[in-house]
Amino acid sequence: MLAVKDIDVYYGAIHALKKLSINVEQGSIVTLIGANGAGKSTTLKTVSGITRPKSGSIIFKDEDITRVLPEKIVGRGISQVPEGRRIFAAMSVIENLEMGAFLRKKKSEIDEDIEMVFTRFPRLKERRKQTAGTLSGGEQQMLAIGRALMAKPELMLMDEPSMGLAPLLVKEIFDIIKDINSQGTTILLVEQNANMALSIADYAYVIETGEIVLQGNAKELMHSEEVKKAYLGG
Amino acid sequence: MLEFAQQIVNGLSLGAIYALIALGYTMVYGIIKLINFAHGDIMMVGALVGYFSLTLLGTNIFVAMLAAMIACAVFGVLIEKIAYRPLRNSTRIAALITAIGVSLFLEYFTIFLFGPAQKVFPETAFPIKAYAVGGLSILNKDVFVFVSAVVLMLILQYIIKWTKTGKAMRAVSLDREAAVLMGISVDKTISITFAICSALAAAAGVMLGVYYNTVNPLMGIIPGLKAFVAAVLGGIGIIPGAMVGGFVMGLLETMVSGYGNSLYRDAVAFGVLIFILLIKPSGIFGEDTGEKV
Repeated sequence: MLAVKDIDVYYGAIHALKKLSINVEQGSIVTLIGANGAGKSTTLKTVSGITRPKSGSIIFKDEDITRVLPEKIVGRGISQVPEGRRIFAAMSVIENLEMGAFLRKKKSEIDEDIEMVFTRFPRLKERRKQTAGTLSGGEQQMLAIGRALMAKPELMLMDEPSMGLAPLLVKEIFDIIKDINSQGTTILLVEQNANMALSIADYAYVIETGEIVLQGNAKELMHSEEVKKAYLGG
Repeated sequence: MLEFAQQIVNGLSLGAIYALIALGYTMVYGIIKLINFAHGDIMMVGALVGYFSLTLLGTNIFVAMLAAMIACAVFGVLIEKIAYRPLRNSTRIAALITAIGVSLFLEYFTIFLFGPAQKVFPETAFPIKAYAVGGLSILNKDVFVFVSAVVLMLILQYIIKWTKTGKAMRAVSLDREAAVLMGISVDKTISITFAICSALAAAAGVMLGVYYNTVNPLMGIIPGLKAFVAAVLGGIGIIPGAMVGGFVMGLLETMVSGYGNSLYRDAVAFGVLIFILLIKPSGIFGEDTGEKV
């Protein structure tokens, strides 16, 4: 479904991604794990078009989207839950969800999907008129996920959805990710919480300083000595 | 007491004009973090378009205002495209200096085209009538200015609060990158913001023409600066703040003129700027947050 082929990304003189390639099969959960600053977020930003690769290509559903404008990418069926949630803090919960559906036209369908998000996240429904900035961290993460769902994506990019959340909430968020996937949305998940990510993913890539150093079936990687040592705490 | 009430009546229409201009400063700042120092001059261009619509085309005042708003909406979008967009990713000071350049260009190019002389708004465009209401003298021009300004502000509130475009404008102001991820075109949203702000300034220009009965190429400078003070007073970037700030500045000006010395009214206006920057730089409605890291 998504094929990132040999992309090189630079921030000024810094070579952030080096001939990086990843593949995401339709219907799967693929995770990209690695340390802080390894290039995980950059990879997602490049798929979203916010960062431009110097070389290489990004193919989505057999179409080259490497040079497509970032605001057009979501219309192609890729939405993103950005790192740090990035919800619109001074807007209400409902307005945030409406923004997620910005490119969609049919008001009735949008309203239906807002209700669907509320069914999934009842706490957001209670706070529908509330300013998003007043929500708790976990609620904000749910809102960010709900907002990304509003675009009706075929592929959802998730950047550290567990960041800064209490362990119980982390579990809840990962259950939600699994559930979204089981309803047909393909997921590319970037995580520092390698344990959790590997436990729900089908396939995994390990990234170090802009390069893929290891890849394979997620369950197998979980038991690989290298991964255990570097990312799973022993 | 009656005199005080009369001063308030006088101040409300002037305040409404300042509020309309201040909204432009604050909304542009909100979306691209630029103090658009050419904004007062866009108002002047609007006043001129209104003047020519009245004199050359012989339209009534409402058509003149509408013509000025449409012309300036287009004009504002062009200014942003030509002068500000190329500097989108450069330093804020570079954009600020450019805005001052655009301001001077508009002022002196207008003088070059039409001469520096005052142009008198034709009396037939707006025959002045005074109504006596409970001992107060209310001029029809004050009513016209106040009511049309309030109507425009209500329309603006509606756009910002309820329409998709308005929500996109807020989203881009809050987090540009997140807005892009939603599929919102930042360029288009900034253009729309300039169109709306310039149209409001144009309406204010025509109102100022009615209010002072004259227009001239440098008429945008002082009202523009006062509206800028109004925007800072209310809290730059905050829409209700600009409205409140505008009315405060208008009322303050008429009070100083009425009870003190009208020669000091500009000094008082800029005294307010110094005072607010010393006491609460984020403005009346602003939250005291440090610079975001």
